[in-house]
Amino acid sequence: MNEFDSPILSVRHLNKQFGNGCESCRTQNPEQMLKNYCPVCGTVYACKDVSFDVYPGEVLGIVGESGSGKSTLMKCLYFDQEVTSGVAYIHTYKDGKKNLFEESGQYKRYIRNHLMGKVYQNPILGLKMDFSSIGNIAEKLISAGERHVGTMEARGIELLDHVCIPIHRSKEAPKNFSGGMQQRVQIAKALSNKPPLLLLDEVTTGLDLSVQASVLDLIKNLQRELEISIVLVSHDLGVIRMLADRTLVMLEGRVIEQGLTDQILEDPQHQYTQQLVHSLL
Amino acid sequence: MENILSIEGLSKSFTLHNLGKHIHAIRDINLYLREGEFVGITGKSGSGKSTVLKCIYRTYCSQEGSIWYNSIRFGKINLSEVSEREMISLRKHEIGYVSQFLDVMPRTTARELVAQSIMEMGTDAQTADLQTENILQHFELDRELWDSYPTTFSGGEKLRLNIARAMVKRPRLLLLDEPTASLDHASKLKVKELLEQLIKGGTTMLGIFHDLEFMQDLCDREYSIENGNFTITH
Repeated sequence: MNEFDSPILSVRHLNKQFGNGCESCRTQNPEQMLKNYCPVCGTVYACKDVSFDVYPGEVLGIVGESGSGKSTLMKCLYFDQEVTSGVAYIHTYKDGKKNLFEESGQYKRYIRNHLMGKVYQNPILGLKMDFSSIGNIAEKLISAGERHVGTMEARGIELLDHVCIPIHRSKEAPKNFSGGMQQRVQIAKALSNKPPLLLLDEVTTGLDLSVQASVLDLIKNLQRELEISIVLVSHDLGVIRMLADRTLVMLEGRVIEQGLTDQILEDPQHQYTQQLVHSLL
Repeated sequence: MENILSIEGLSKSFTLHNLGKHIHAIRDINLYLREGEFVGITGKSGSGKSTVLKCIYRTYCSQEGSIWYNSIRFGKINLSEVSEREMISLRKHEIGYVSQFLDVMPRTTARELVAQSIMEMGTDAQTADLQTENILQHFELDRELWDSYPTTFSGGEKLRLNIARAMVKRPRLLLLDEPTASLDHASKLKVKELLEQLIKGGTTMLGIFHDLEFMQDLCDREYSIENGNFTITH
């Protein structure tokens, strides 16, 4: 059973701290900590010992309140930030034997450009706002090694069409677009190199309901058609329920619970998860 | 015949941290299902009937006891301990669950909904379309509704769609959680017809029904549940 043997992405013991830590907080004695903050030296422990697997074609949801470490985790995976410690393997990259976090900058760029796509909550982080939309997509394609203008243009138009951006506006810069359109251009860009793994960080937060719906439908359809794996961070349980097969719950930098999405929502075990779920109903 | 499912000493309780409460739902449940059997569970509301089904489907995590399922893909496994991935695969291919509530993707048409659950099993789109039409036709779902959103359907229409979606996959084990609860007589007969077809096809079923007459017509054996404990009636 191949699909069970090999996750596409494996993350083990990922730690990320902001600050050097001190005698007082290195032991992580809960009495000396204010949540994940050390009052003595001011170190913030954003991700603590996070381990998980993502399998081909699945959507893994990550929920948690603001400040629980969700976005930091995503940034670490996309090399936007350096991890403090921990390992991650991509099954299709060097036979899944190389720890991604220890690769050189050059290889990290390769991984970003060929094996991953990321969509940020804030389109400014994912797009060049002054470039044309199709130029944004071309930029990612060029980083992935594409050099043929015709091919890139065709691919760009195909993708923009896919995310329902009118073709006659493809040469327009995203700064002229509405938030929902920007988000869709961002998704098109992230998908342009056909990554097996897509990281989505609060992609629908702040969008109005109808735009939210169209972005969610887009993600759902893309996932079904292209069979890519998605890590989906959201604090909206409705989004998680709709899209995720399995879900991790994070609190203060730790994964406190994980399971099938319907199990997390119907039979949450941890006190915090119960509070979260009951807030929804 | 061999047991397809055997539950040994299953207990489930809920700890509600925020209310400081601990609720026992079911205690020391023992149950077995032979291949091809149709078994019913009866009991009052709140006696723990659905909890048993949800533990089997892993919507609930059971605390004690084991749920042995004889799987085609994985052999004999304990459903309370299988990995999430294995459970997802079992749900796709072997174990179906129908409840009285339709839980659907928003903005997905009835036709897409059924077709998707067929394609999940690896069937190609063309075959899936054909099977979808057949089953929607069987349930006499108005053709006009096929390409509209189930959220706009009446209760009975939603329910029929829900059942259609689970049954079209012809699962090996089908869990029925009061699927006929609010159906009119004609729709009930439709469901019954389909259940009978599935029985002929070899599907094993474990069901909860409020309509005892409906159930007794179909089922081979009955378990009755009271305060979270089983008594066996035949």
